Amino acid sequence: MLVLAIDTSTSAISVALRGDDVQESATVLDARGHTEHLAPLVRRCLDSAAREPGDVTDVVVGTGPGPFTGLRVGIVTGLVFAHARGIPVHGVCSLDALAVDAAAEVGDEELVVATDARRREVYWARYAAHGGRVRRLSDPAVDRPRELPEPLLGLPTAGRGPLLFPELFARPLPVHDVRASTLAELAVERLRAGVAMPVEPLYLRRPDALTTAERATP
Amino acid sequence: MTGDQPLVLGLETSCDETGVGIVRGEKLLVDAIASSVDEHARFGGVVPEVASRAHLEAMVPTLERATREAGVRLADIDAVAVTSGPGLAGALMVGVAAAKSLAVALGVPLYGVNHLASHVAVDIVEHGPLPEPTVAMLVSGGHSSLLLVPDVTHDVRSLGSTIDDAAGEAFDKVARVLGLPFPGGPYIDRAAREGSRVAIDFPRGLTQGRDLERHRFDFSFSGLKTAVARWVHAREAAGEPVPVSDVAASFQEAVTDVLTRKAVLACRENGVENLQIGGGVAANSRLRALAQERCDAAGIALRVPRPGLCTDNGAMVAALGAQMLLKGRPASDLALPADSSMPVTQVQA
Ligand SMILES: [Zn+2]
Repeated sequence: MLVLAIDTSTSAISVALRGDDVQESATVLDARGHTEHLAPLVRRCLDSAAREPGDVTDVVVGTGPGPFTGLRVGIVTGLVFAHARGIPVHGVCSLDALAVDAAAEVGDEELVVATDARRREVYWARYAAHGGRVRRLSDPAVDRPRELPEPLLGLPTAGRGPLLFPELFARPLPVHDVRASTLAELAVERLRAGVAMPVEPLYLRRPDALTTAERATP
Repeated sequence: MTGDQPLVLGLETSCDETGVGIVRGEKLLVDAIASSVDEHARFGGVVPEVASRAHLEAMVPTLERATREAGVRLADIDAVAVTSGPGLAGALMVGVAAAKSLAVALGVPLYGVNHLASHVAVDIVEHGPLPEPTVAMLVSGGHSSLLLVPDVTHDVRSLGSTIDDAAGEAFDKVARVLGLPFPGGPYIDRAAREGSRVAIDFPRGLTQGRDLERHRFDFSFSGLKTAVARWVHAREAAGEPVPVSDVAASFQEAVTDVLTRKAVLACRENGVENLQIGGGVAANSRLRALAQERCDAAGIALRVPRPGLCTDNGAMVAALGAQMLLKGRPASDLALPADSSMPVTQVQA
């Protein structure tokens, strides 16, 4: 098995290649450069691992939530790569990968993942960590951090939310961006457990536009 | 490759059409399109985020359909071409990322190409090699340009363009004033058939005196659109019925008169004997008829691709990519960006 994992739901453009004897990953931080950086990173990972595109057996993409434009770049890259090679593609909620990395930093307790949703909002979800593994307790959502229920703000928090709103999140964790390698591990685990992993982008917001009917109603 | 003819796949996502075209050399094998126009109709215009979401959903199904209908396998593709600009930034990025992924997964070269040059190149798969030089007039909801094209793979020059609305935009706006659906072009064309072209004397922008001197090959449709709206509203205010077909025919005459007059002038003044028209507005029946009439009178050979190839599609991108490959142009860098304001003079990214 050789898994190509891609995440572009945050400012980090992250690619990983995971196989029995392969552990390649490459990341670039550039909030506006997903389109430019991603494909060269994929090629670089393949080259450094001395693998051909045809050696990849599975593709995994982070389905967000994340700023739409960057998120789509990763998802379409994963979908098309898998289609071109005739291999399966799996979707994993990007917040889950941050939660797994965060679990290594905390004991058995609840934690929050909060990422930059722009417009003074965060994408977030609540998790329970247990023995380094996590279980999601709430569906991913997008909100103003001030409007999150009080106890959540006091929980250990991963993602860039605490960097953007240091006055609100009391316990920031040093886990900021999604790592594609974690995404790959999660996908392999779920694959073995027979969990379905559809690739559905988590937009969580409607497009900003009114239909002509909506404009007519005051 | 079969013989010397490369198999090239082209991707187009600059606006609301997800296009996948495949050519073998100068022969079109397939032109598969998924359009999100129905979704935009509810909004009365193209909504960029709606378009981008639709591109993502349509990408793989459209690729699948294209290869199936062309009877080729992706593994047989020799090169991938993609519109890298100009267009809607978020929409372009879906296509550019998809094309790069395809190029990496298949291990083939990638050509990032200019959308406008692709509109010119598409006629190669319709009517054969482009006469060089050619004057090209591209008119759609997004662009209104007059180009001088000595070599579509690397030398495209701008003679003029709209200084306000695109021609197709004027059709959409006038259609709205007349209570016709979006996109307005086909509805105006249909309504105009029943009307009189000379019923109302609407203004012809940038065609007189100083304006013509300063903006010899530029267009302006904003004043025309306002004049139509004002004329219609005056009728309504007076409680009189609006003669929709007369307004449509007279408006359409004003637009196509200016377009064809300037296109022929551009040919004459540049000593060019070939004119090509492309873009969605090239589907307009009056534009085609008037262009033919004036080109015949001026001794200019006119080329207009069939309507399906005039609107945005993947075939045009594949056609240009194939030309680049055939002329031995180097491939684009895998780090190429989506450039929403890519200048028309830059043929390749
Ligand atoms: Zn176009």
